[in-house]
Amino acid sequence: MSVAVDLILDKRTGAGRDALIPILQEVQDAEGFLSKESVAQIGKKLDLPSSKIFGVATFYNQFRFKPLGKNHIQICRGTACHVKGSASIMERLERELGIGADETTGDGVFSLEVVACIGACGLAPVISINGEFYANLESEDVPKILEEYRNKEDVK
Amino acid sequence: MINIEVNGREIEAEKGEMLLAVLRRAGVEIPTLCNIEGLTPTGACRLCVVEIDGMNGLVPSCAYPVAGGMKVQTHSNRAVQARKTIVELLLADHPDDCLYCVRNKNCELQDLAENLGVRQRRYKGARNRKHQDVSSPAIERDPEKCILCGKCVRVCEEIQGVAAIDFSGRGSKTHIATAFDEGMNVSSCIYCGQCIKVCPTGALREQSSVKRVMDAINDPDVVVVAQHAPAISVTIGEAFNMEAGADVSGALTTALRRMKFDRVFDTSFSADLTIMEEGSELVSRITNGGKLPMMTSCSPGWIKYVEQFFPDFIGNLSTCKSPQQMMGAVIKTYFAKREGIDPSKIFSVAIMPCTAKKFEAARPEMANNGNPDIDAVLTTRELIRMIEMRGIDLKDLDPDTADTPFGERSTAGKLFGASGGVMEAAIRSAHYLVTGGEMDELDVQNVRGMEGIKETSVKIGDLELKVAVVNGVGNASKLLKEVREGRKDLHFIEVMTCQGGCVNGGGQPIDTNLDNVRARLKGLYKLDKDSAVRTSHSNESIERLYDEFLGEPLGEKSHHLLHTTYTERDVVK
Ligand code: SF4
Ligand code: SF4
Ligand code: SF4
Ligand code: FES
Repeated sequence: MSVAVDLILDKRTGAGRDALIPILQEVQDAEGFLSKESVAQIGKKLDLPSSKIFGVATFYNQFRFKPLGKNHIQICRGTACHVKGSASIMERLERELGIGADETTGDGVFSLEVVACIGACGLAPVISINGEFYANLESEDVPKILEEYRNKEDVK
Repeated sequence: MINIEVNGREIEAEKGEMLLAVLRRAGVEIPTLCNIEGLTPTGACRLCVVEIDGMNGLVPSCAYPVAGGMKVQTHSNRAVQARKTIVELLLADHPDDCLYCVRNKNCELQDLAENLGVRQRRYKGARNRKHQDVSSPAIERDPEKCILCGKCVRVCEEIQGVAAIDFSGRGSKTHIATAFDEGMNVSSCIYCGQCIKVCPTGALREQSSVKRVMDAINDPDVVVVAQHAPAISVTIGEAFNMEAGADVSGALTTALRRMKFDRVFDTSFSADLTIMEEGSELVSRITNGGKLPMMTSCSPGWIKYVEQFFPDFIGNLSTCKSPQQMMGAVIKTYFAKREGIDPSKIFSVAIMPCTAKKFEAARPEMANNGNPDIDAVLTTRELIRMIEMRGIDLKDLDPDTADTPFGERSTAGKLFGASGGVMEAAIRSAHYLVTGGEMDELDVQNVRGMEGIKETSVKIGDLELKVAVVNGVGNASKLLKEVREGRKDLHFIEVMTCQGGCVNGGGQPIDTNLDNVRARLKGLYKLDKDSAVRTSHSNESIERLYDEFLGEPLGEKSHHLLHTTYTERDVVK
């Protein structure tokens, strides 16, 4: 039982099923993702089975069911980046990390999110890691950048 | 009453009725894929579309109320073409797997393609690849064959009250999933198999044990023993063009012998044994201040339901194993000893109308010194397939009788196939155990029938025994909540997972409808009416079993072999 989820649910005494989406959003904001426990807790409150909540949540792209990695990579697949070759960057990221879009590495160090346009078309192709931008990328740059973050992990 | 015109013919209808129901009553064939009788229509599949004069588009007849003077064309070119296109689109994302499919020749999608004359692939595209889920001991899912009709979801939630599965994802990624897309084995699924029975395709099926059973039969070192549940003999005739509800247990025994099962037993025998133990347990709980109301434990879906949704009632469940498991236990002990067979050389097969029985047989508690009571469970459907594979027609067979030492059964045991049947059998024997005499009237009419919850009370000596029968696990939570909130008058509650009882179990033939269920129930009650042995305690084979082996009900040996325990289950719910 998560206290944060309890607090969110407590604020909404008498909430009905129509409150599901805003509750899911708040819980994800607080916890970073929707865990099984949180979903079960929400289900208990709203008298909804987990299968139903999962069904509703997977209808929208915004919900995650696993925690993000410590380092959150966002790769832009917008038009400008696409034209400048973001497909090969994506491919390289997938190969180096061994994961696909919207997945997290087994060690929890990286997660990879594909975004439609990151709003930095002048820098295309671009990725951002934890909010820091890497511009005008070529796929050869990818291993070096990832290494940097891996090293930081080792130091810790 | 109003009148509507269908294909130029006048038809009577009730105001407000859905058009589909009216058409079906009038004998007009309309294909459907998403409609479930008795539940609100969803209008998902669009196969039931018809043309109505004065309307622009086609309308789905399942969700369209009739109005006086309406003129309907059910098979206009437009309607038929629309249906055909729908089926062609479904097939575009469907594996062409019929030859290898469990539903070959018994598939609604296949029938539709045939009836609508689909002869070419008009739509081609990349097919969605999806993983099968074979994680559970009972139910397998093959999402590639799923046409997203939603029937499984609705049955699971609206009839069974479980809601283990739902639609997940969006657009072309939409699929049926458990919570968090996990395996059925960690979901809240209770393995009742009711979803399989409504699935129009091969997307849902039981985990098959046919191969393991055949291998055992072909192994000369193994003694293969079969038992068949009370509901099987009043069902299986239907698959061989016999009258629905006819009892064919004699022919069934012959068929099983021809298939080289070494011994054939009737689970109704061990249902009698269950009654001796469970009846004694009830009397003991009442007289010794044990936990009440006691609840039946022979329906494994219900057991899992309690373990995960109402663990506070685990102590109320009778500790008796189900008849399947009791039979298994005495086969590998008493029978083995009597015949001088090494129990590890026995392969014990249970033929059940149920998919959850596969799960029950696999429970770790259901074993004796590491040797499982039951080695394989076959559903009615699997047995029919095996009989057909051997080219046997049940209709042609002379009846035979079950083997010793479990050759006799009472029809009280037979009633286990019906909702209310365990209760009726238990009442008959509890009366005898308490008063030493028989009831004046053995029929307990108030516990029979298709109502969701049936309650009655019976006078047994000085005791006014108050009982309730829950027909279908979807009706259980209401009663359980009443008990939780302090209702105290009930002594005994029977719950069967499937509506109508085992005769409508999740392992029964796919096309089972309410008429079949009623006919099978009638078959069971007729057997009982015509029977000379109508109480479990008057079964002589049972007496002998206690004399020669078990001692007395609830005794040391019984406790060890015939009783079990339950555990709270932490599943995603
Ligand atoms: S589900 Fe039906 S159509 Fe599909 S492969 Fe099986 S039999 Fe053929
Ligand atoms: S087997 Fe029963 S509980 Fe499981 S998904 Fe099917 S209907 Fe639901
Ligand atoms: S699994 Fe079967 S019943 Fe469920 S949606 Fe798919 S086709 Fe329909
Ligand atoms: S049966 Fe009418 S839409 Fe499916």
